[in-house]
Amino acid sequence: MMKPKRKNPILRTRQATLPPHGRSRVALGMTAGAATGQFELQVCEVCKAVQYPPREACHRCLSDQLTWRPQSGDGELISETVSRSSQELYYRERQPWRFGMVRLAAGPIVVVHVHADCPPAPAAVRVEAILDRAGLPALVAMPQGKSDLGTDLHLREMTCDPRHRKILVTDAKSAAGQAVVHAMVAAGADLIWAGCAEPWKQPPGFSAIANLPNVTVMPLDVTDTGSVTELAGEIGAKVDILINTADYHRTFGISARQGVETAQTEMDINYFGLLRLAQAFGPVLRARAADGAANAVAWVNLLSVYALSNFPPHGTYSASQAAALSLAQCLRAEMRPAGIRVINVFAGPINDEWNQLMLPPKLEPAALAKAIVTALQGSVEDAFPGDIAQDWLARWRKDPKTLERELTTATVAGG
Amino acid sequence: MSDAPPAAASASIGYDDVVIAAPVTVPYQRFSINGAHWFLARAVAEIIQRTGIAKSSIDGLCVASFTLAPDTAVGLTQHLDMTLRWLDHIPMGGVSGIVALRRAARAVQCGDAEIVACIAGDTNQVDTFRQSTARFSQFAQDAVYPYGAGGPNISFAFLTAYYMRTYGARPEDFGKLCVAQRRNALKFPFALFKKPLTLEDYLASRMISDPIRLFDCVMPCAGAEGFLVMRRAQAERYGLPYARILGTIERHNAFPEDPVQFRAGWALDRDALYRQASIGPENIDLLQTYDDYPVINMLQFEDLGFCDKGEAPDFVRRHDFHVGGSFPFNTSGGQLSVGQAGAAGGFLGLVEGIRQITGTALGAAVANARHAMVSGFGMINYDRGLCSGATIIAAP
Repeated sequence: MMKPKRKNPILRTRQATLPPHGRSRVALGMTAGAATGQFELQVCEVCKAVQYPPREACHRCLSDQLTWRPQSGDGELISETVSRSSQELYYRERQPWRFGMVRLAAGPIVVVHVHADCPPAPAAVRVEAILDRAGLPALVAMPQGKSDLGTDLHLREMTCDPRHRKILVTDAKSAAGQAVVHAMVAAGADLIWAGCAEPWKQPPGFSAIANLPNVTVMPLDVTDTGSVTELAGEIGAKVDILINTADYHRTFGISARQGVETAQTEMDINYFGLLRLAQAFGPVLRARAADGAANAVAWVNLLSVYALSNFPPHGTYSASQAAALSLAQCLRAEMRPAGIRVINVFAGPINDEWNQLMLPPKLEPAALAKAIVTALQGSVEDAFPGDIAQDWLARWRKDPKTLERELTTATVAGG
Repeated sequence: MSDAPPAAASASIGYDDVVIAAPVTVPYQRFSINGAHWFLARAVAEIIQRTGIAKSSIDGLCVASFTLAPDTAVGLTQHLDMTLRWLDHIPMGGVSGIVALRRAARAVQCGDAEIVACIAGDTNQVDTFRQSTARFSQFAQDAVYPYGAGGPNISFAFLTAYYMRTYGARPEDFGKLCVAQRRNALKFPFALFKKPLTLEDYLASRMISDPIRLFDCVMPCAGAEGFLVMRRAQAERYGLPYARILGTIERHNAFPEDPVQFRAGWALDRDALYRQASIGPENIDLLQTYDDYPVINMLQFEDLGFCDKGEAPDFVRRHDFHVGGSFPFNTSGGQLSVGQAGAAGGFLGLVEGIRQITGTALGAAVANARHAMVSGFGMINYDRGLCSGATIIAAP
């Protein structure tokens, strides 16, 4: 992708349009897989038939025991068309657009977006599930072998690639924040604003960030509404991707630490910080969602996987993460009409000072940052980087109650 | 996957002296500010006015409409103040005319009703077509409309591209049918397209969804069609020209294993249709097909036995399809030249067929027309049309 030209300031900023978003409840079942980059279809538990479009019953044996299961996506593009006349604005603004029918090796016929690199029908392809700009699951035929969405003119818009974009990292001082800044530079970001609270404290590594050519350090204290509003006034209309790395993490649950002050600070940064940022930056991001090729596209929340279920040794922190997750869901709903994607990154314990007593495996800050870049370059809205996060996700998906019970006996080293 | 291969239709009994009469059309309009109820009311009024049959003598009603919501046929009975002892609603789009005839004929034959009015009509307001394609079916809403929002253009582009690749049909072949239909339409008073169409015009028309061109697409419009089903004695009592019903078929969701639709239910049922009618394809004097889009005409030529599978392109090259030609076809111009008034599109061919057989053609008449075949096709639920049907009607 070429670096986008500067916009003509006398032209009105275009308003965002979205692909059609009507779906039945059964069709929404594909979202859970697509949200993390998995292509899943309904599989009958009784007769093993794989089916699409989604149904309320197995098309073969009429059982209602249907489970969404991962698919290889291997199939044949059996027919295709280039649509040049859509009824909906989203496609009218982007036509011509290539569509196809794929017969999956697993059986079903699927209607798909066709990546430009796919050979003409008939051709072997691989079907993947993505999230479209309406945040809804959609199927894409990809060429065999290595390929990514970013090399297709239309499908690139299903991603939030940081290349050539302007990015705000709300806390660039933490180990994770520093790693994210470095990763965004490496991913080709045009400009990175590195948020810095309490500038009199300069942690190791931060001066190196401040000296990077595309990085500008900006004062930002997410506990201070004035600070957040002031920064939004200064740079809000230029931010394409906001990555909220602000995090306050202390150990202990209820009885090992008296008083509520620490818990209040956790909430003030992890929950109210997100709320302040969302109120100040959310509307202006929405307004710029169709602003050319380097439009506003994404909001990333760095959360802990403890948001899913309370980790009692870090109990009040877990509660603040659960609050942040809930608010992120609200933010996602409010950003959706503009097609701004809200990506939640659920990290396992990061290898930083506040997780010193956690046993390995721990998530290296650089690995976390890489996961954020990968999420932005792809088409997902939930990412669970690292072994611990993946383990929690599997347990939580299987049965949240069992996970809760398992965690009642959780301890940390020396804890 | 089905448990067993689909069985050919078993023999149905005939229709005795049940006849079809009183073909009416409520003039088509590109857009209308009236509702579907207006068009359906006009259809009933037109039937009453043309036949002299009192509204109170109509004791059966069969309705097809996409835009009648929130009403169904039930609401229409009170809307039109009709007291009925037989009522049906046929939500089957392009096959609704054939199916309405089948249902109504059996009702009359079995004595459940004496005179059944079959009507189909829809309004077309400025945004009607987009709204109806966006919510056409659950599968369409979930798994087709989000991909391009092109409505049926995209689905038929898949079928057409596949058919062209597999059987060697060329754009000129589709164009020849469109041109012939337009020539027929120039004499039909209700056709919305009144300008001659040449093959050059067709080939030069813009691509809508490759390989579908503008002139492959029907134009959505508002309008209504209707006819009556009754016993011959009734028709004679009212002095109505009528056609006999020699045979009918319908089929839904045929050949679900075909990856891309290249045939439909007619292929399963045509032998039964010809057997019931006691004639063969060589006896058919005119054919009215469901022509939304031209490739579906080719499927019908093949599946209804006028040529073998894959030979329709050659069949098209060998024949002349206008009213006076070697194969009179879609003699009023079909939906491609008259317009598609929603569910009335499923009645258009049947109403025209009755007119041709009863010597009451409004446009050009096929000379000595004794047997008309009318076929219907409808409801692109997901990746293919699910409903197919056909009938053979004959002069008395």
